[in-house]
Amino acid sequence: MHPPSHAPRRDRRLVSGPAAVRWLLISVALAFLGFFLVVPLVAVFTYALQKGVGAYFAAILEPEAWSAIRLTLLAAAIAVPLNLVFGLAAAWLISRFRFPGRDVLLTLIDLPFSVSPVIAGLIFVLLFGRQGWLGPWLAEHDIHIIFAVPGIVLATVFVTFPFVVREVLPIMQAQGHDEEEAALSLGASGWRTFLHVTLPKVKWGVLYGVLLCNARAMGEFGAVSVVSGHVRGVTNTLPLHAEILYNEYNLAGAFAVASLLTVLALVTLAVKKYVEWKAEAP
Amino acid sequence: MHSSARRRVLPGFGLTLGLSWSYLGLIVLLPLSGLFLKTFSLSWAQFWDTVASPRVLAAYRLSFGAAFLAALLNAVFGLLVAWVLVRYRFPGKALVDALVDLPFALPTAVAGLTLTTLYSRNGWYGQHLEALGFQVAFTPVGIVIALTFIGLPFVVRTVQPVLEDIEADVEEAAATLGATPWQVFTRVLFPSVMPALLSGFTLAFARAIGEYGSVVFISGNMPMKTEIAPLLIITRLEQYDYAGATAIAGVMLAASFALLLAVNLLQRWTQRRFETRPGTG
Repeated sequence: MHPPSHAPRRDRRLVSGPAAVRWLLISVALAFLGFFLVVPLVAVFTYALQKGVGAYFAAILEPEAWSAIRLTLLAAAIAVPLNLVFGLAAAWLISRFRFPGRDVLLTLIDLPFSVSPVIAGLIFVLLFGRQGWLGPWLAEHDIHIIFAVPGIVLATVFVTFPFVVREVLPIMQAQGHDEEEAALSLGASGWRTFLHVTLPKVKWGVLYGVLLCNARAMGEFGAVSVVSGHVRGVTNTLPLHAEILYNEYNLAGAFAVASLLTVLALVTLAVKKYVEWKAEAP
Repeated sequence: MHSSARRRVLPGFGLTLGLSWSYLGLIVLLPLSGLFLKTFSLSWAQFWDTVASPRVLAAYRLSFGAAFLAALLNAVFGLLVAWVLVRYRFPGKALVDALVDLPFALPTAVAGLTLTTLYSRNGWYGQHLEALGFQVAFTPVGIVIALTFIGLPFVVRTVQPVLEDIEADVEEAAATLGATPWQVFTRVLFPSVMPALLSGFTLAFARAIGEYGSVVFISGNMPMKTEIAPLLIITRLEQYDYAGATAIAGVMLAASFALLLAVNLLQRWTQRRFETRPGTG
């Protein structure tokens, strides 16, 4: 599950209650956010750089870190396009047509959000693991899915499944389809209409959905941890690599790797803000 | 909204319908149904011996209890943050608003590593808490803190749009009739945001129950004390005890589905309240 995103509107009532109450509430809220969000954010970079810039880059550039980066990029490079195509198709379907099973589809799309990441990993172990449904057959044909790269990709695709639909659907719904009908009646083909009319209208939502999907794909821990087997240099993604370094008491190294993922999160948030600002501007 | 007469004017119905259902089936439904089949293939004794064993019960109590406390904390502070963001103007507000989504964009393992280090004995928070006699890392308190972190955006982002949509005239009418600001809040505003607040609470609760990455570092993972249910699933899998892992997961999955249903009902209630709320223009 993820929190609904929305574009905040301009304040209409800026005076509510006495000034003392106002400042008290603002202070408590900011103290809470500072304590819970800002300090941890600063801590990531402080711990990452505690042994100096040289050690920081050494931790990122060592071969095992590189192989983790490559695997993380690979998983995201497969999961994001797949979920993008699905997201666009499902958003078009749900926003443009009424059909039996529409509400069911809408509910089922959210399923991966409400399943624990560990369970998301478990379902693939039950299917493809040594004692899973297809385990014996896979072993016979020497195909490795669990404790190998395909399992990591599958688990990543599963946990990032709903992101693009969830972001694009509300925008497609809000914008209606009069322009599409106009394009079609003027003789444009269905694809042409989709590419030149629909896609430009929803592009910012698509971009944000893709970035969220990508952030989760690169940062997923629980599901990937279950199917990975933690083979160093082979089935470690960036978050798993950070965990291993942390367990080996290499705090600076763990946070150096974590800082890469944190920068990714900050870029995602910045794009979200930009998308909202774009949506508000006429 | 579209009229049924022209609904099939647009192309791509068959293509997108086929694509959506087959992809959903392949990636989500088929693997999940494997878990259900496995759960139902267990004998009742097998299922019950796993689920009712003291260690598993302790893990459920911890996972559900800590998730509930964290969701409660998020309901209180989330409402406060949403209120401050909607109603007041202060320097850096746009930045604060963007930052609220951080727990959602930040990988859970990064959150786990960072919080554990902050709260451990030598950490920025830990050293002061230790001096006062509190230990947070490797205790259930640490688990609640990690779960509060990851659940933070849910309440804020469900309550915020509702607070924004409340029309000023209701409050003004109440104030004109002599209500104090506190009365306006408790009698007029709070009832309006209540469904959204509950819905945000449930979302945060559901997310926290299954959470793994942020908790596994800070919890210390001591059986019977700080071992969460998702971790126990992994422990069983590592012992190739698929049946045990499946039984533990089956209960959690049932709880997740119940909460998903609750959220759907709550969101419908929120929408209805909005459409039919009397006195708004």
